[in-house]
This record gives sequence, C-alpha cells and structure tokens, in this order.
Amino acid sequence: MITGKIHSTESFGSVDGPGVRFVIFLQGCRLRCRYCHNPDTWSMDGCEELTAAQLLDSAERYCGYWGKEGGITVSGGEPLLQIDFLLDLFRNAKLRGINTCIDTAGQPFTREPHFLSKFSELCRLTDLFIVDIKHIDPQRHISLTGKDNANILDMLRYLSDSGRPVWIRHVLVPGLTDDDEMLRRTGEFISSLKNVQRVEVLPYHSFGAYKWQALGIPYSLAETLPPTKERVENAQRLLGCGNNKEA
Amino acid sequence: MSNAWRSFKGRNWREDVNVREFIQSNYTPYDGDESFLEGPTEATDKLWGRLQELQKEERAKGGVMECETEVVSRMNAYGPGYIDESLKDLEKIVGLQTDKPLKRAFMPYGGIKMAEQAAATYGYTVNPELVKIFTQYHKTHNQAVFDAYTPEMKRARHSHIITGLPDTYGRGRIVGDYRRVALYGIDFLIAQKENDLAHCGGGNMIDKFIRLREEIAEQLRALRGMKKMARLYGFDISRPAENAQEAVQWVYFGYLAAIKTQNGAAMSVGRISTFLDIYIKRDLDEGTLTEKEAQELIDHMVMKFRMVKFARIPSYNALFSGDPVWATLEMAGIGVDGRHMVTKTDFRFLHTLENMGPSPEPNLTVLYSSRLPENFKKYAAKISINTSSIQYENDCVMRPVWGDDYSICCCVSATQTGKEMQFFGARANLAKCLLYALNGGVDAGSREQVGPQTLPVTGDVLDYDEVIAKFDAMMDWLVELYVNTLNLIHYMHDKYYYEAAEMALIDTDVRRTFATGIAGFSHVVDSLCAIKYAKVKPIRDEEGLIVDYEIEGDFPKYGNDDDRADEIAVWLLKTFMNKVKGCHTYRDSEPTTSILTITSNVVYGKATGATPDGRKAFTPFAPGANPAYGAEKNGLLASLNSVAKLPYEYALDGISNTQTISPDALGHTESERINNLWHVLDGYFDKGAHHLNVNVFGIDKLKDCMEHPEKPEYANFTIRVSGYAVKFIDLTREQQLDVIARSAHERM
Repeated sequence: MITGKIHSTESFGSVDGPGVRFVIFLQGCRLRCRYCHNPDTWSMDGCEELTAAQLLDSAERYCGYWGKEGGITVSGGEPLLQIDFLLDLFRNAKLRGINTCIDTAGQPFTREPHFLSKFSELCRLTDLFIVDIKHIDPQRHISLTGKDNANILDMLRYLSDSGRPVWIRHVLVPGLTDDDEMLRRTGEFISSLKNVQRVEVLPYHSFGAYKWQALGIPYSLAETLPPTKERVENAQRLLGCGNNKEA
Repeated sequence: MSNAWRSFKGRNWREDVNVREFIQSNYTPYDGDESFLEGPTEATDKLWGRLQELQKEERAKGGVMECETEVVSRMNAYGPGYIDESLKDLEKIVGLQTDKPLKRAFMPYGGIKMAEQAAATYGYTVNPELVKIFTQYHKTHNQAVFDAYTPEMKRARHSHIITGLPDTYGRGRIVGDYRRVALYGIDFLIAQKENDLAHCGGGNMIDKFIRLREEIAEQLRALRGMKKMARLYGFDISRPAENAQEAVQWVYFGYLAAIKTQNGAAMSVGRISTFLDIYIKRDLDEGTLTEKEAQELIDHMVMKFRMVKFARIPSYNALFSGDPVWATLEMAGIGVDGRHMVTKTDFRFLHTLENMGPSPEPNLTVLYSSRLPENFKKYAAKISINTSSIQYENDCVMRPVWGDDYSICCCVSATQTGKEMQFFGARANLAKCLLYALNGGVDAGSREQVGPQTLPVTGDVLDYDEVIAKFDAMMDWLVELYVNTLNLIHYMHDKYYYEAAEMALIDTDVRRTFATGIAGFSHVVDSLCAIKYAKVKPIRDEEGLIVDYEIEGDFPKYGNDDDRADEIAVWLLKTFMNKVKGCHTYRDSEPTTSILTITSNVVYGKATGATPDGRKAFTPFAPGANPAYGAEKNGLLASLNSVAKLPYEYALDGISNTQTISPDALGHTESERINNLWHVLDGYFDKGAHHLNVNVFGIDKLKDCMEHPEKPEYANFTIRVSGYAVKFIDLTREQQLDVIARSAHERM
C-alpha cells in the first residue's frame, strides 16, 4: 500500500483554502527559500509514514467544522514531490466527498509525459490549487530559492489552460521580494492567467527563525523586519488583489 | 391588567405565574441581519462618557471608588441614586445599589470580618458601632459556619484541597425571575405568595414547614420592599408594565432588589432578551417607540449592569479576578416547539458592545445551536471577533434537561428561570487529591496529615492500577467531606443570609440543585496518562514524601483528540460525579458538578505540588476543562474535540472551555474570520460540547496591554477567561502572565 511521508497535521487551518480545513504537511522540498518558515520539512527523512485512509480518517474527525466550503489542504514541504501518494489521497478523498486543495510552490512540475499524465489526473481531483510565486525574475528566483522558476510559471500556464481554480500567493520580504518593478511584472503575469480567483500577499514574519536555529542552519534574514502596512498595500495593488472574489 | 396586557396572546399565563408560556405565545423570531440597528443616542453618549470618566477615577483610586461605612445595605437603605445628578433626566433606566455611582455597599450578613476587611483594604473604616452589632448582637453566615465546622473541614479548607467555598460571602447563583415584576406587577406576585403561605404546612409544624413559612414571609417582605424602592424613583411597580420602557425598568428593579441585598459571587440577570423583545415590538408596532429609542432602552439597561459592584477582600479577588459579578444575560436558543428564539432584541443586546464598546459585564451569553439563523450567527461571530466579550453555550445539550426557559447563573450553570435555585459549591482540587493518594493522605507542602492515613505508594515506578485504587479511595474521602462541608454551609446560608428578594421571584415549590465542582481536571488526566503510558518515577525527599516526578517516554495527553487520554478524562468525570451522587445533599437537592475554575486555577495551582504529568510545583492549573498548557499539539479543533467528549449529562453544572485565537489564524479577511468562527462553533456544539469562551486577539496585544495599561485603547480591553469576561488591566499581574502563557492558537 502506498504511504505518504507526513511531517505533521493541523486540525484547524483557516487560511489555507476556503473555509475551515484539515491541513496535511508533507515532508520534503527541493527549494531552499531564505525566508522558509518550515525548514524542518525540507528533508525527506525521519518522518511518519501514513496511508491515505489513515489520514482521511483523522481528517474526518473534523468534518463537522467544515460546513459547505471546508475540507483538506495538502501543504508541505512540497506536496508534488509525492504525487503518487497525492493521487491516492485525493482519489479516496473524492470517494468520501471531501473538498481538496493543494498548497504548492510548483517546483517539481515538468511537461515530461511521465509527470504530466499524473498531474493532469491530479487536476481533476483537486478543487483548488494554491500556488506560491516566490519571485518572477529567474535569476533572483535562483538566489532566493536555489532553483529556477521557468517550470513553476509553466505550471501556472498549464493550470490556466486546464481551467482549474487557482489562488496565487506571494510572500512579501522587504529587500528581497518587494520592489515595485518586480511586483508589477508579477502582476502582469498573473493577469495573463484565466483561472485566478484570488491573489494574496503574505507579509514576511520571522516566526520560523527559531526552527533554523534548532536545525543548525544559518538564517540569513535575522535582521529583516516584517513589511510595513504601506508596502503590503502597495504590493496588493500591484499584484491585483483588488479583483479577488470574496469567499 | 387589560391595558398592560393589550394585544398579548395566550391564556394560562394570565391566571398563574408562567412567564415561559407568555414568551412562547408572544415572541417574534427574527431571521434578518443587523442592518436595522441604530447607533447610540446623544443621551447614551453623554451618560456613557460620564460613566467612563467615573471608571477611570475608580481605577486611579486602586479599583474602588468609595466604600460605604455607615449604612448597612438593604433594599431601601438609600434614596434614589443616579450616574450624575446633572444628567439624571437623560437616564431612561434608573436605579443604583447605593446613593452614588460605583460606590460599594456595606454588606455584613455574609461575614462582618470580611466586610470590615474589604473596606479596610481600600482605606475605609467601618463604623465601630456596626461592627459591634454584627459581632455581639447579630450572628453572620460566616460565624455560623465556623461554629459548626469540624477540625477536618478546617484542615481541608486550609490546605486548599477544597477552596473558594461560599463561607465568607454570599453564595449567589440564584436568579430571580425578574421578568415577573414587569409581566405581573408586584401586587399579583404578593397575592400568589400570600396564597402559598396560607397553604403551607396545613398547621403541621415540622421543621420543613416552619422554615418554609418563615421564608415565604421574608419573600413577602421583600416584595413590599421592592414596591417602596421603585416608589423612591417615582415608579409604581405594584401594577404590570404597560410599555417597553416600563418593562425594562421593572425588570431592572427586580434585579436591583437582589444586588442591594446580596453580594453573591454570581448575581446573574437571566434570560430577559426574548421577553423584553415582546414589549419593544408591541410599542414599535403601535408607533409609540422608534428603533433608536428601543436601542437606547437596552443601552441604558446594560449601562446599569456595567455598574454593579461589591466590596471584596483580597483573597476573594485572587480567586475571582477583575471584579466580576456575573451579571449573566442570555439570548437566542431554540424553543421546545422547534422555533428559534432569536429576536431583534438579541441583536440589540449584542449591539451594546458596539454602541458603548467592549465590556465584561453583563456576561453576554449566546445559547447556541447550529440551527440558529445564519444572520445571527454571523453577527455574534463578528461581535466576538471585535470585542472578545461573548460566551457560547450549547442550547442543544441544555434544552433536553432544562427546557427552553433556563437562565445561566454564573458562568456555565443552567437553572430553570423562576423554577429552580442552586446551592453553589465551589470546587474540589482533584490534582491535590491525587497527590494525597500517592503520599498516604499527607500534604507534601505543609507536611500535615490532611487526608486519611493510608499506605503511600512504594516502588520506584508508579504502577497505574495501584495509583487508580489509591486515588479512588482518596476521592471517596474527599467527596464525602466536600459534600458535607457544603451541606453545612448552605444550611447556615439559608438561616443567616437568605436570598428573600430572589426567592420572592421564584416559585415557592422550588427545585434545588447542589453544584459541586472539579479543579485540576486536565492535570489529573494527563498524570494518569503518564503513569499508564510512560514511565513515571517518583522523587522522594528525605522524609520519604513524593515531591516531584521523573517522566521517561512519551504519553498521550488530553486535548489532542486522542481517545486514550480522553477516555481517562471521561472516566474521571463520571467517577467523581457518581461519588457525589452517593452522598446526602442538603434540602433534597439534586447533585451536579462542573468542570469550571473561573480564574481560581491560578490560586489552586499555587497551592498544589508538582503533578505526574510534568506540571511544576505551585504553578497554575489549566482553567476549567481546558487541556493543560502546551499539551495541545494538533491545533484548535483537536483540542475542541477532546473537550467535546466529556458527557454533559455528568456535568450538568457546566464544562467550561476558553480558547484564544489570533485574528490571523482565523482568516485573512473579516468575512473569512466571521465564517470560520461560526463554522467552528457549529462543529463544536454539534459534537455535544457545552461551552466555549471565544477570544480573538494576538499575544502581542496582551503583552503590550500588560506593559502599558495606561493606553486609552486598553481601558475597556475585554477578554474571556474561564466562564466570564474581564478587563485585562483589572487582572493581577500573575493572572495576566497566566493568560499570556496559555498561548493563542496561532499557526506559524
């Protein structure tokens, strides 16, 4: 039986998709975002392995809180690294009538047939994709995360063509991801997509810094403060958050 | 009567006192939203502005504006009093406890020493003549209780294995049916009680009839006193209220009579919202009242509830911090016939928190059901998010037990309005009881043999079965002692500090409940889990007493929706309650229990050594039925699921749960937060949970408020603690730190 590598679960997710949601954090990520608040999910090792049925049984203990909108969200780590498990999980979730959502940075995406056939199946099983755009500029994306962004933006185009609903997120880090020129380009890219229901600006916070310390990894943003309200509103304007559909 | 009752429907309530039937025959459910509501009138703004100045002055004086030292509080000890003499014509609803706003009355009947000490704490000296009278010529409740206490009871009290007992102050928790004053007028009620007296005992002078006859006579005296009190303010309440203003005023006079004569820990208002809506709607329909005026009536009544004060001693304040009076007031709920009971006036009461800002009193309580109209759920959620001033209690678990006209007396305890009274019994410290079981009845703090001398546990590792057997036996001892202590206290309270004003507004043939309580609940559960699932090694001092524990390995904890721990929680509640049921309870009362500590979790914890769950010695307990600090690992809903497993049928006095959610963790936008909050409430209460205090704010705000209490925005910053609301700046620093330590559900 296929199992997923699970970092942890959270019974009350209220900002990871519509309504109240059970959030499953999968283990493993190839990005090394400098502001990552879950560096403990990077490695693929040392975590619990659970089956889809086990996770869904846990999730369903909270179905009474979901109402019409809520459900499960798979986050991470990077969920797409475990796409086989994800397919199994969402197939079973759909059999149980559970609303499904993925919170991804898109890094594993490729149009290679081997991956794409699975991804298109996943699209059918997923009610909402929440996709992080870390940085619109390829070079700066690499310096921020260690990886290129071409396939990530390509995934967003693929999702746009497939018509699946998408929320876009952008973490606003002063000095790294908040200059106007880059925000404007991001906004233009987003407006070229046909399926974006909502764009969210997540102000950077340093709550994850202690985890870096605990893992013994140097944290390069120790001096960085959260963005000001003005900068957040500026980013919201440039990214087109005004067009969000209210839940 | 004909004019007062014009256009009202229904029959039975006209002949006999039956407010419930009146409500069911006449109220109008409201499904709409809050858009009809009106802002404060100029008069409200002026009066509330003045009252805020007075509150500021009160805080500047160390929390007490003034203490009475010359006059014993009685229903008519004073002439009329107003918020401000120069603004008195603006007050639509009148009546103060004393002659001046926020002045605390002298109430010696619970105990003269305490009344003296309370005044002395704030620099006032009670007239020595009064002290002499209540020492030499008139016995008080407190003296009587101590006359009769056994040495064992005094030891248990002193060691804080039972604490917070109502032996030094009024027991409170009796809710008069104040609506009766408005619906019937006092003369009708006097006639009923006179009839009851005439038929009481049939000449058989045995104890219970003698006592009851005396009590009814006291009630009649109280009813006549209420008429006189109202007359001083220029009102004739011998007749029923004829319009909305009178109805609100009459109800308030009934309540005022209670708070002038009793200083009970909890002096609740009851379920008046749906009732008053009937009068307001009739006036609106007749064109004699506007919405603005209707809101003004409610605002002014609420302003009065925000002014209720009692003089308390420091040890009382440590137990129940922040000057609470539990002027608890209910709204919503579902009727037995299936119609919801949300009215426009329920919105109006919630709206007072917008018109006059957040406030701990009255203790606004929503009787919740997922079947309430969505518009009301959304409005209540919105007010919760903005003010953290509301609590929610599950109507769907209470209605089958108490019907559809119960009130909440105190925080979470249901009582059928006008049909029941409660003997309030504070709580037994089960965490300490567990430690006594391990140490053979010896209190490791004082080294005293408080409990019965039994064999302490031996061996290097605690054995679950052995501990359970010893704990069970120690609980037998504790429960019997506890219930007997309460029997004694309530006997004396009835005798020396009878609640004539409240009881006059309750049926003579009253049902009595006997409320016990549990403190340290989650620590006992987690301790038993640790002993069962991990390896707990006791650490003994040189005298062989266990003073600490070493825990090896992981163990399930209550608060994670883990059945292994939660089953122990259910076992603990049932075991305790079944033991209580086995005891004789005073005046044929029906025993109940609560898992509710109010803020006494801090005091109880301070008096209790280390527990096998890893809790350090003399640190606070988790409040009420809350999981222990730091035990919750799977988020808010897992915690709620654990608490929801506790069967309400075994804790009919209530299961209190307090949760704080950071706004960011509730949703990004206001509408998301509102929707997520009411879905959480739906889910929690549909699972059969009983109560939830909802706080919405971040830790940063608490910390800033603790460091800068002088900032104007914190003057009315209200938070929910176990069972009531409180201004954060009024908590002791210790309790502020405790609230902050119970960190919010704040996702990283």
